[in-house]
Amino acid sequence: MPALFAVPAAVAVAFLAVPLLGLLGRTPWGSIAAELATPRVLEALRLSLVCSLGAVAVSVVLGVPLAFLLARVEFPGRNLVRALTTLPMVLPPVVGGVALLLAFGRRGLAGQWLDQWFGITLPFTTAGAILAEAFVAMPFLVISTEAGLRAMDRRFEDAAATLGAGRWLTFRRVTLPLIAPSLFAGIALCWARALGEFGATITFAGNLPGVTQTMPLAVYIALETDLEAAIALSLVLLVVSLVVLVALRDRWFPTA
Amino acid sequence: MSLEARVELRLGRLALEVELAVATGELVVLLGPNGAGKTSLLRALAGLLALDHGRVTLDGQVLEDAATGAWVPTERRPVGFVFQDYLLFPHLSALENVAFGLRARGVGRDEARRRAAAWLERVGLAGQAGARPRALSGGQAQRVALARAMVSDPRLLLLDEPLAALDAATRTEVRRDLRRHLASFDGTRLLVTHDPLEAMALADRLVVLEGGRVTQTGGPAEVSARPRSRYVAELVGVNLFRGRAAGPTVELGGGAVLVTAGDHDGEVYAAVHPHAVALHRHRPEGTPRNVWAGTADTLDVVGDRVRVRVAGPVPVVAEVTPAAASELRLADGGPVWASVKATEVTVYPA
Repeated sequence: MPALFAVPAAVAVAFLAVPLLGLLGRTPWGSIAAELATPRVLEALRLSLVCSLGAVAVSVVLGVPLAFLLARVEFPGRNLVRALTTLPMVLPPVVGGVALLLAFGRRGLAGQWLDQWFGITLPFTTAGAILAEAFVAMPFLVISTEAGLRAMDRRFEDAAATLGAGRWLTFRRVTLPLIAPSLFAGIALCWARALGEFGATITFAGNLPGVTQTMPLAVYIALETDLEAAIALSLVLLVVSLVVLVALRDRWFPTA
Repeated sequence: MSLEARVELRLGRLALEVELAVATGELVVLLGPNGAGKTSLLRALAGLLALDHGRVTLDGQVLEDAATGAWVPTERRPVGFVFQDYLLFPHLSALENVAFGLRARGVGRDEARRRAAAWLERVGLAGQAGARPRALSGGQAQRVALARAMVSDPRLLLLDEPLAALDAATRTEVRRDLRRHLASFDGTRLLVTHDPLEAMALADRLVVLEGGRVTQTGGPAEVSARPRSRYVAELVGVNLFRGRAAGPTVELGGGAVLVTAGDHDGEVYAAVHPHAVALHRHRPEGTPRNVWAGTADTLDVVGDRVRVRVAGPVPVVAEVTPAAASELRLADGGPVWASVKATEVTVYPA
């Protein structure tokens, strides 16, 4: 391979690897357990789990039907809807947070009605953090699920129909199991994205310890006061990312 | 009591226009080349494709009537479907695949499993009940698909190329089993194939479908003796001519005339079996009434005979022994004379 390619490639690998080494090198291995056991860190861990799993739940409940419609039903404006669905993937999360605030804030487009009719306020609540994470993470689930639905052989659904299965039974017993790999990949990606969410969450839901201060937010705050706690939390997030990567390796690197 | 269907629908470039009646207990084989609309017809009967025009009734029950909008959805039609590549659900065991239809139709879990197990035993797969489809051989998968389609006692059984996915070695054996299982079914049966051997072996009656239309229907013996299209003639290996008859002669066009032993008038088909075509190095003398000059074009060995395609004013296929082929030096592609006795020509109205 010509040096023309090898040198920049080596720089690229170093560029990606050195920060990880930096993190690992500064990790206080001796006291990491103690760091992770402090109430503040535990609180952020707990909140991150609650919020990210909540965001996954919202994404599955709303995103799977959306993926199904996008994959299976011709309707006017379908491409527009698909573009809208994927927008949060490219939108700067902080912009998403501002938009959520303007929509679901107490004076927001939808928020004022939620407040008046149901007494629900979302900003600066745990529910708000879940909403912010779902906003950013749902597209990953929708896209993966839609791709799975498009790739599956629909004649299996025909076969189910000839065996007497109605649409709902066919969906549950045939379609879902057949697209399970795509769905699980989507869930894993969606969860990883929700877990790392920072911009939209801090903008829409704020940074209240125990209420909306998830791990990434806690890392950011801890950097200024307690570097070792920040490193410990970062390490947890890194491990989660690696686990997701390993879980999806067959999907992304089929033969490697 | 039977299936009566008039199916009209357009699918891309294919316009399907078929009228079909199948009696209860009858096994009709739909034979046709690829793209003739065979699979589409089955899918239409199962309700997987909507008709543009037409009507489907089964044992007096209207399943679909385009004129009135009557429509029974697929899952409520009493129809069993064996798909070409079987489409066994890959995430379910053989037993669960067979039980699926019973469960979908409201049979309890234990009862469904018991009946599915009984069917698996009936098709000789009791030992494979727990196996996933990917662990089954082609022949085994075909039997599971058959059991799955038949377990809920449909009144119409549709089979789309049930042997096409199998290799030649297993096909013969599976065909024998299939015939036995089909014989045990007392409803209406419609099987699609493009394999003439399979069609002849299984059919009570053949329906030939070409380009979306029925070109011929009849018993296997009748269809092979009196083909009505080039496609069928080639399948059964018969020379088919079309022409205008006047008494014993049939004018083939281009000045060629076929002398027959019959007495017909008007448009006719004339069929000549290849073994009735004799080849000669020199113009033959004597009894044969039909003699044409030509050149030996292609030679194929079929069993212990050689099939010779003779090009000329009247293209014809002859079947001769290998000895005759070498004696006539046919491999050189030289000039030959083909002769057919008048009594060997079967003439029937077009």
